[in-house]
Amino acid sequence: MKKEVMTVVKNVEIADKLYLLVLSGASYLAPGQFLQIKVPEYTLRRPFCAADYDEKNDFLSIIYKVVGGGTKAMTKFEVGQKIDVLNCLGNGFDLSKTKKPLLIGGGVGIVPLFYLAKELKKQGHEIISVLGYPCKDQCFFLEEFSKLGKVYISTDDGSLGVKGNVLDILKTEDIEYDEFFACGPPIMLKALSSWNSNGQVSLESKMGCGFGACMGCSIKTTKGYKRVCKEGPVFKIDEVIFE
Amino acid sequence: MKKDTQVKLFGKILDNPIIPASGTFGFGYGFADYYDINVLGSIALKGTTLNERYGNPLERVCDCPCGMLNAIGLQNPGIDVVLNEELPKLKKVYSKPVILNIGGHSFDEYIEVASRVGGNPQILCIELNISCPNVKEGGMQFGLDEHLASKLVGEIKKVSKKPVLVKLSPNVTDIVKMAKAVENAGADGISLINTLVGMRIDLNTAKPVISVKTAGYSGRGIFPVALRMVYQVYEAVNIPVVGMGGVSNAFEVIEMMLAGASAVMVGTENLLNPFASKEIIEELPLAMEELNIDSLSEIIGKSHRV
Repeated sequence: MKKEVMTVVKNVEIADKLYLLVLSGASYLAPGQFLQIKVPEYTLRRPFCAADYDEKNDFLSIIYKVVGGGTKAMTKFEVGQKIDVLNCLGNGFDLSKTKKPLLIGGGVGIVPLFYLAKELKKQGHEIISVLGYPCKDQCFFLEEFSKLGKVYISTDDGSLGVKGNVLDILKTEDIEYDEFFACGPPIMLKALSSWNSNGQVSLESKMGCGFGACMGCSIKTTKGYKRVCKEGPVFKIDEVIFE
Repeated sequence: MKKDTQVKLFGKILDNPIIPASGTFGFGYGFADYYDINVLGSIALKGTTLNERYGNPLERVCDCPCGMLNAIGLQNPGIDVVLNEELPKLKKVYSKPVILNIGGHSFDEYIEVASRVGGNPQILCIELNISCPNVKEGGMQFGLDEHLASKLVGEIKKVSKKPVLVKLSPNVTDIVKMAKAVENAGADGISLINTLVGMRIDLNTAKPVISVKTAGYSGRGIFPVALRMVYQVYEAVNIPVVGMGGVSNAFEVIEMMLAGASAVMVGTENLLNPFASKEIIEELPLAMEELNIDSLSEIIGKSHRV
């Protein structure tokens, strides 16, 4: 955990209600780690996974969806504005064992997978991504993922790619991999857990503190109670007890 | 002139009056990764029950104007694990005695937990949580009924080898009545306030945000309420009062002490800024300088004397 003051470099809408926020002055954080952003006038910080990290410029990118007052207020962040951030939170993905990774993302859960994909590519891995979006208008990072490797797409309404969800793709396509890395809505992760147990999932949760003090985000696992913010947000999928 | 920040609590000298409040600091050692926690006056540990508890389902926390809601529901590993594992871990990074906060659902549970503490030298006192609003089976019920509260405090005093600090709920009509009742039952001190019961509703789903619907409101917004109760209780009792509720800076610590607090707990602020307690301790001598205060212990309850 590092408490840092970052500067807004960019804050733009990239798809319906989805914004890209680029911050400078950020320490390195690993793929899957997250940050807690202080939004003026709001008490609790807002947690976001890193979408990208540019080591050369100390630029950290996140993508956020406007879902309530806090994220709406974030759309007002102006270039040059100083932001109070707790950085380098959580554990991040374990990249040490995979020889043939598969990335599976749903909705805004695709965000941390982009940074992960870049890191895996850097390590010499072939990148295969299965990405599920609500509809064509809410697609983002398509071009970026395509540049890194093979991409399978699903949309709930069929406006792009396969009509359905990522599971529909995984069950029909014969994709070769040894370990998957997933992030998405709870219903998707639960379905994934009954489909295959050899993977890691990054969980989303509302949080109080983001660094293990308040127990606001505790989940049940096969190894006892774990805090999404501290022992996670990345867990082995077979350890998570999905409610 | 050097500023004297020392205060006394139950005969022990604390280097300063700042104590992270129960439930906002875990079992303390986690914060040692961020700074040397030996600067803290003491630490109030996460509320502990007889057996391990998961607590309430998610969502357990929610943002609010000037504060937050929480309904953790006393998640903790149980008293034996706290005594045998958590306290030794804390001892490695914190050399001072700490406050063990205990919760329960029945007389028997509270009594059993208090007995197991024994004379453990790492423990300064027991903080009896009779004010947790987030546990279905009870907790707060003891803090809302002065007869139940007195009876419980009396029973705990019989078995406890440590001073008993009773943590009161603000969710009562007459806080002074409660304070006097627990003092008469033998309480060695009173800490207040716990959280105020509140709730929020999700505008999109029309459902309460928190899984168990209601939750405890804490944070900067409750400071004036807490200060008022500390003031009233100090006036009514002859045992030390530990003040807490929305404290976020050194000036508010001083305000709490002027109202009557012998020590001051910092809660929600630790969750928003992990360095909050440390920063408040560093600001204290500067705030004292500005207000021309030489010794903190001399200002306890001063607002009642001027």
